[in-house]
Amino acid sequence: MMVSKDIMIQMIDVNKWYGNFHVLKEINLAVHKGECIVICGPSGSGKSTLIRCINHLEYHQEGQIIVDGTKLTKNLKNIEKIRSEVGMVFQSFNLFPHLTILQNLTFAPIWVRRLPRAEAEKIAIKHLKRVQILEQADKFPGQLSGGQQQRVAIARALCMNPKVILFDEPTSALDPEMVKEVLDVMVELANEGITMVCVTHEMGFAKTVANRIIFMDGGEIVEENEPNDFFNNPRWDRTQLFLSQIL
Amino acid sequence: MRMEKGGRLIGLVMQTVVVGGIIYLGYLLFHNTQANLEARNIASGFGFFSVEAGFPISNALLPYSPADTYGYAFFIGTLNTLYVAFFGIIATTFIGIFIGVARVSTNWLIAKLAEIYVETLRNIPLLLILFFTYGVVLAGLPGPRSSLNPFSGFFINNRGLYLPKPLFQNDFVFVLLALVFGLIIAFVVSRWSVIYRDKTGIVIPSGWIGLGVIIGLPAVTYFAMSSPLSWEIAVLKGFNFQGGIVFRPEFSALMIGLVLYTAAFIGENVRSGIQSVDVGQLDAAKSFGVSKGTIMRRVVLPQAFRVIIPATTNDYTSLVKNSSLAVAIGYPDMVSVGGTIIGQNDQAIEIIGLWMAVYLAINLIISAIMNWVNSKAQLVER
Amino acid sequence: MTFSQSWSGSNLKVFKPLPSRPAPRQTAGLIGWLRTNLFNGWFNSVLTVMALGLLWQIVPPFLSWAIFDAVWTGGSNACPPGYEGACWAFIFNKFRVLMVGLYPSDHLLRPILAGIIFITLAAVTVFRLLEPKKLIALWFLLPLPVYWLIAGGFGLTGVDQSLWGGLMLSLGLATIGVLMSLPLGILLALGRQSNFAIIKSISIGIIEPVRGVPLITILFMASVMMPLFLPAGLNINNLLRVQIGIIIFSAAYMAEVVRGGLQAISLGQYDAAKSIGLNYWKATALIVLPQALRHVIPSLIGRCIALFKDTTLVIIVGLLDFLGMVKASAQDPEWLGHDAEAYVFCAFVFWVICFCMSRYGRSLERKKEEK
Repeated sequence: MMVSKDIMIQMIDVNKWYGNFHVLKEINLAVHKGECIVICGPSGSGKSTLIRCINHLEYHQEGQIIVDGTKLTKNLKNIEKIRSEVGMVFQSFNLFPHLTILQNLTFAPIWVRRLPRAEAEKIAIKHLKRVQILEQADKFPGQLSGGQQQRVAIARALCMNPKVILFDEPTSALDPEMVKEVLDVMVELANEGITMVCVTHEMGFAKTVANRIIFMDGGEIVEENEPNDFFNNPRWDRTQLFLSQIL
Repeated sequence: MRMEKGGRLIGLVMQTVVVGGIIYLGYLLFHNTQANLEARNIASGFGFFSVEAGFPISNALLPYSPADTYGYAFFIGTLNTLYVAFFGIIATTFIGIFIGVARVSTNWLIAKLAEIYVETLRNIPLLLILFFTYGVVLAGLPGPRSSLNPFSGFFINNRGLYLPKPLFQNDFVFVLLALVFGLIIAFVVSRWSVIYRDKTGIVIPSGWIGLGVIIGLPAVTYFAMSSPLSWEIAVLKGFNFQGGIVFRPEFSALMIGLVLYTAAFIGENVRSGIQSVDVGQLDAAKSFGVSKGTIMRRVVLPQAFRVIIPATTNDYTSLVKNSSLAVAIGYPDMVSVGGTIIGQNDQAIEIIGLWMAVYLAINLIISAIMNWVNSKAQLVER
Repeated sequence: MTFSQSWSGSNLKVFKPLPSRPAPRQTAGLIGWLRTNLFNGWFNSVLTVMALGLLWQIVPPFLSWAIFDAVWTGGSNACPPGYEGACWAFIFNKFRVLMVGLYPSDHLLRPILAGIIFITLAAVTVFRLLEPKKLIALWFLLPLPVYWLIAGGFGLTGVDQSLWGGLMLSLGLATIGVLMSLPLGILLALGRQSNFAIIKSISIGIIEPVRGVPLITILFMASVMMPLFLPAGLNINNLLRVQIGIIIFSAAYMAEVVRGGLQAISLGQYDAAKSIGLNYWKATALIVLPQALRHVIPSLIGRCIALFKDTTLVIIVGLLDFLGMVKASAQDPEWLGHDAEAYVFCAFVFWVICFCMSRYGRSLERKKEEK
């Protein structure tokens, strides 16, 4: 896992409110190129909100978010440009049910990158092979299992050649026997050096590939550490409480 | 339900009994009807079609006088029904889509107003709306001498809505040809731009180009032919206006009531269609940086139409059937004219049979067209 | 996955969470709400301003007409012609005929009693004070006492149906219409599902033509054609003929709603029922139908609302229902020029009744989803 000095995502003093509810407090975070970051914490701690702020699916009222050198503003063109470089994989897959698997993958390259269809399909097939699901290319999402759909979703994100991929609890909605097939793909991606930010409860995954683990509670970052130190020498009592509950 | 052998015999016997019963009932009905018709001296058959009608019809689309036949009078009425149905469906579609989109707007005020509109109109009877529009709103307009004059040549009073009537000169035919030409070009451009996009990825705004051609070509031809169009403006002569195009209050009330009422239902269809698309898909599409317009056209609408089209087909046929309420406010549609004929010669069976045939035919046509539209909606994503 | 339990307590610091701050003024509270919901972007802001302008033109004049300048009491001279406010005195004056039509005034107690029974049963249904089976039975029994009270006979003086009218008539036509068309619609729906070609054709032959034509044609058939079909000497009064027409019309639509419910029930249910020894009718009545109907209750309620609104068409075949009486009252020479008040009142009553029914339907839907 080669981690460069270049910073891919920087969040500086980010605060967010839902109405008057202070949901993200003074978030300061830097993600380097090639890093795999895992964010964990109890439910309601703001983990999903945090990564949804990175690609502006949620809007932050205070602070700065800078992705690959570009600051995130309210300007639509700016947002769309950043989004085309940031991929996202969702807990509920969110594949387009009225399109085939192949069409799901070629959708963004055609409509955002303006690629000719033939070229988009070549890229799509390459990534379908990578997640080992090429034979399903002409099926519809409804005909696939959860694990297969999530792998397709990962391939769909890869088709845009993103600089960063965000994962929002990618395995939480899967039956246990399908979790492994998705985690295997994610481990491969991490080993290839793709910058990843993952919100997940899968601590085995975290221990295997994460460069850093971030623990959030009550909307703020409590602890940030390398996996070994994180699991064996937590610095705060809150962290220990959380670890004792999930391990 | 699978049947055992004994059951099959029972089934056969039962069906025979039922058929026999129906035939017997039919015979009784026929016999009674014959007797009653004779007793009351009512004719049978469609011979009355060639009898002179003797009653006037306001709002006729083709020239009609009381000296024309019952057959022609009924035809005029049917024409009126088709006229209201056609333009009613078009108008209510536009307004319904507008209401539906307003219902899901992020602007709270607009969404609330649309909700009030829908909840109000859906819970009161259409006939009430027609009576109110005809008897209060339109009747409350000023008389011809103090007409409302919003634009030059437009007059609104309690006798009707008067518009300038276009008088087409001979050269206007070229403008029409230009329009047809423009439509063909727009169609070709839209087809070709899809192929071009597939091959190169470049998107051509074929919608705007098409619109420009459809409007621009006829407009250019119009001016090139030195404006082959003049207008006949309605003029107040004595107590009334003469000339121009006039929409009588009966027609206006019927259209306004039908269109606004049906639009509430179509608006609900559009709303539930749009909301049926899972918000996670919007998240996914946004996360790729896809523009709002493309998300609407390529993700939301194809899925929304699957829900909207079947429901809207129902609303279209309802509008056509509801147009029969014209009889209550005096607009001479098919039911209204037919009712007058029944009042004069008592041949209810024939007239009612004709009504049923015409409405069923219209329904079939609408269903067929909507089925075709539905299948097109499926093709869009392939 | 084992982790060494080397959490030495002395290394653990006590975490002090950051305090929550209130949101910046621009984004929360009233200003925040206004910005996101009404003035979010220039397009929305323009729309908001236009909508507010429209409301300003309509709402205050309507309120002054309907409430502030309105006349609430008095006789026919209480509202001089040309007066700018609503004349609700007109409605109060005509209230009796609007409610019960031309029903003789010395027997008014009877329709009032019938109305009380009806409203009580409706309240019991809405507030679920009895279990569904008892409610259904009570609704089907309702017509008996109500009809006796209104029509007379068995000790009460008869009141001819030509005198019945007003809201009483509308509710009566609608209620009997629903109670009779639902079983008929169920039979038609079952017939349409049948494997017997004859039964299926007859069912479709009834459902499709009836659904394809306007209610007016059915009412004309019932009112004008039916006397021609009946043997000489057998006379059915106009009200009954119209009621039959309404029942047939509604039954076709109920059939389609029930068919939707039947299609949602898997064939396995029939097999399961047969395997425990039930024949077709018992299987249908005890197992399949209850599930199918529960599935489509909201649509059924929607049909009830539509039927209630459709009863207004009987004015065209000569019956004076609620809308008919409203229209007729507005023609009273003593009270001319109050059509607006009449129609607004009529719309208000219809709206309240239909809105309550649709609310009830939605609450049933929510209860079903909770299950």
